This record gives sequence, structure tokens and C-alpha cells, in this order.
Amino acid sequence: MTTTDTSYAVAAYDLVKTYPKNVTALDGLSVTVDAGQIFGLLGPNGAGKTTAVKILTTLARPDSGTAVVAGHDVARHPRRVRTAIGAVAQRSSADPVATGRDNLALQGRLYGMGGTALRRRIDELLERFALVDAADRRVRTYSGGMQRRLEVALGLVHRPAVLFLDEPTTGLDPEARAAMWDEITQLAGDEGLTIVLTTHYLEEADRLADRLAIIDAGRVMATGTPAELKGELYGDAVHIDLRTALDEAAATAARTALAAVPGVREVALDGSRLSARADDGAAVVPGALAALEGAGVAVAAVTAARPSLDDVYLRYAGRRFADADADLVTAGGES
Amino acid sequence: MSALLTDTWWMTARRLKIGMAQPVFLVISLIQPVIWLFLFGNLFERVVDLGGFGTDSYLDYIVPGVVVMNALAWNMWAGMGTLEETSQGTLNRFLVTPVRRSAIMNANVFEQAVGTIVQSVVIVLLAWWAGATFDSGLPGVALLILLAVLLGVIFGSMSNAIGMLVRQRESIIGINTLLLLPLTFLSTVFMVRDLMPDWMATVSRFNPLDWAVVASRSALSATPDWGLVLSRGGWLLALAVLMVALSIRTFRSYQKAV
Repeated sequence: MTTTDTSYAVAAYDLVKTYPKNVTALDGLSVTVDAGQIFGLLGPNGAGKTTAVKILTTLARPDSGTAVVAGHDVARHPRRVRTAIGAVAQRSSADPVATGRDNLALQGRLYGMGGTALRRRIDELLERFALVDAADRRVRTYSGGMQRRLEVALGLVHRPAVLFLDEPTTGLDPEARAAMWDEITQLAGDEGLTIVLTTHYLEEADRLADRLAIIDAGRVMATGTPAELKGELYGDAVHIDLRTALDEAAATAARTALAAVPGVREVALDGSRLSARADDGAAVVPGALAALEGAGVAVAAVTAARPSLDDVYLRYAGRRFADADADLVTAGGES
Repeated sequence: MSALLTDTWWMTARRLKIGMAQPVFLVISLIQPVIWLFLFGNLFERVVDLGGFGTDSYLDYIVPGVVVMNALAWNMWAGMGTLEETSQGTLNRFLVTPVRRSAIMNANVFEQAVGTIVQSVVIVLLAWWAGATFDSGLPGVALLILLAVLLGVIFGSMSNAIGMLVRQRESIIGINTLLLLPLTFLSTVFMVRDLMPDWMATVSRFNPLDWAVVASRSALSATPDWGLVLSRGGWLLALAVLMVALSIRTFRSYQKAV
């Protein structure tokens, strides 16, 4: 086992983590992240993304498995890892009664910074994250977007080699989200920073990540660039929404009828939604509708589109991303 | 070592700033001791006539008890701060920086100590204004406050550990409700041991709150029994060191559960 491999910014091998009541958060998760790239951990709530980040940032201990971050083993040399990384949690962790500047100053102190160097770094970060005017106000008075920007600034004070961003845009309005995306893209260009971000927004992963791992139930289902992952699904995606969910016999009939249409491949049924692939999506639609009508299946809507990460997720996890998200939320929140 | 000191310094400065931003808590928590001193103290004024109190002023008798009891009540809530920092993610943010874990707990201890000192001084001044006498003068008062701080550290660290382990407000509220009055009444805060039922007198000897009361009352008297002050103070110090060490250990359990 290559536990001392330091050629990656982050390398995790077979991470397993179980919480009380036998909740398996990670079930043999392995990923490698090259230095200088933005790596996305994409998965629905409860997939194990946050747990993975907690282990990689030395906050939690895995039951088994190893991880090397910025060249150091997280279990054997947690302090070395801590010095080399920045970690930005999902929610605001700043002292609400302290000012933004005070929060940044304390964070710098904890990494042994001080004096003019720290003051300059703080000014630089306040400038960069558009917090200059709010710098001497209590964090309690900040908007959601400002708090999130301050969190990222906190993670960057000591110029880490690897920055972990856990759900960086969850809860932000569209405008603030777009601004955060620009910020993250710019950061990656700087100083060879490696960024590991978790997200349950397909669009976010698609847009930001150089490479990504699709995670479901504590395991990596697929890894690659967004283009590679989508490229594996050749042709267009055809989605047919049915009027009602089907019983087993009708489902088989519908699948068989659709699969028999020339040019249609990889038919899958998820609830009341049929999905298939076709080289030319629009061209197969009339034939598909006729075939389903012949099988006695009532159709509500049809779409044909270029493949999305959602299609990639469906292929690997066997269900729609939004459904997995909803299932896990009702089944007991995120980990 | 110097890194631990600077870490502790910055973390303590941070906690004190937060505390100073919310001085209202310090003031509110002074209401209770004022009630004990002036309402309870007046109500039971004549109890000294039973004899054995070593003074004919009940106020004199209860001042060290009220100071020590207040330290207990104040520090027992320390876990609420830890809990809040755990749930709002501040603690996690510190735990992924290189800051020493012991510095985080030390900062809590120092913050609580500062709070205990300020409150104790206020209570002593109020009692003095109401006519209480302090036979051994300032050195006795200083010892009283030191003993109150030690007792506070014991229960503050315990509260911090509970806050981090169970992560439920209800547990802290429950434990505090369960402990505060029994610990107070199973001690010589309000009553001399000779006048207690036998079983209470026996139990009270094992009560850290009682150690603090007995030692501080002796230190404040005209003729302190230094053997008593040192032994009870020593026990409190040992227990305080143990509880701080345990509270630092809880970071390990936290790391497994988080």
C-alpha cells in the first residue's frame, strides 16, 4: 500500500468511518488529488463528503484507512497537516461578537503569524474578499455572502498549500453564488493552491472542478474530469416523464417497447421517469412516443438533451441525483 | 512550551473579549448571591444564637459560603459556551489549526477564573458594605477568592467536558440543577457541621464545595488554622488539575464522535 506517496496534494486510501448506531459514513473511500487543481467531491447529502473532509483535515479519525495531505499522514503527523491546509466549513465559524479583522488576526496568530506581515496579509484578504468596509464591524452584522467570504479568508490567512471548501455556496443566493464561483476559480490560479471542494450542486461541480469524484453511500462511484465523465455517456439523453408510476409488468413492457425503437440505447426507469441514450435525441422522440403509446403507457413530457452530470450520476448510482438527495435527507440528514 | 503559552494567551484574550462583549451575564448571575446574602442572611439571622458558629453575625458566617457557592454556580455553566462553540463550528475551526488542544481548554479555565474573581470581589464588597467583617483582612479575602477560583476550575472543566461529549443543552441544565443545591446544602455554607444530621455531616466532608468553604472561612478568621487551609486547598488543587487534564482528554473522544 502506498501510504507515503507524496506526489499528490491529497491521497486517501480505503477510508472507513462508522458513527454510532451503525451509520456508515464512509465505506472504503479512495481519492487522489493532483497539486494545483480544483477537485470536486460530488454527491447527495449524506453521501459522506463532509466526513471525508473532516478526516482529511484531521478533525475526525477514520476507523481504518490512511490519508496523506500535503505530504503528511493525517494520523501520524496531524500538526504538520494542519499547518499546511486551510479548511472552510459549511457554516459560519467566525466569532460573531468579534469583528472580521479580529477574527482574521486571531486565525493568523494561531499559525504563528504576527506583526506587519500579519497586518498586511489581513488587509490583502479584506481587499480581495470585498470586506474592507465591514472589517471593523462585528461579524454578527454580516450578510450570508459576507460571512462566507470571511470564512474563506480565514482559511487562507496562512497561505495554505491545500484549501478544503465544504459546500462553499450552500445557502447563498444566486448572485452571491456566482461571485463565490469567480473567487474560487481565481484562487486556483494563485500560488499553485490545491482546492478540494464538496458540493451537491451538479452545476457547481461541472463549472468549477478540474477533476471530480462522484460519491454515493461513502464510496467513490466514478472519477474523472467533468468532460470525461459526460463523454462516457455517448450521445444525447432522452428523458420521458410518465403520467403515473408503473407496476412491474407495465414497467417491463415500457422498457421493452422503448428499447425496441431504432437508435435508442441504455433504457432505464427511475420512478415515473424513463431515460435512454440516443445519437440524435430529437430524431428518436416520435418513434419512442409511438412505441410507448402502443404499449399503453401515458406520457406527460419528453426532453432530449446533451448529457449532464446528473446523467452520469444516474448511470453510476442507479438513481437520479435529486432523488438521492431527498431520500437521504429524509433518512437522517447529512454526515 | 512557549508556543503553548502564546496559544493560551491568544485563546484567552479571545474568550475575554467575547465575555466583555456580553457583560450582562456577569451582572445577572450576581442576582443570586445577593439574594442569598441579604434575603437568606436576614431571614436566618437568629440562627447563630444556636451557638457553634464562631461568630455572632450570621452574615459573617455565610460570606465565604456565598462567594464559593457563586463560583460553583457560575462555572457550572461554562459548558454552555463550549457547546455553543461546538455547534457553531468555531471549535472545529480551531481544531484544524495547529493550536494546542490544551491551550483551548486553558483559555476556558482562565476566562472562568477572571469571571469568578470579578464576581467574588463584588460579593465581598457588597458584604463589607452591609457590615460583614473580615478579621484577617486582605490576605484572607485573597485566599477566599483563590479557593473559589480553584473550585470553579473543577466544575468549569467538568462542565466543558460534558458540553463537548454530550453536546446537549438539556444535559448541562439537568446536571447543574441536580448538583447545585445538594452540593450547597450538603456543606457548611449555611449551617455548622455540629448542627447537621449525622449523615449530612458525614457526606459534607467529601464535598469539594465544603473544602473550599471550610478553608476560606478559616483563612478569613482572626486565627487561621493553616493546616486546614493548606490541606483543603491542596485537595482542591489536585482535583482541579485532574479535571483540566480530563477535559483536555475529551478532545480525543470528540475526534472519534465528530
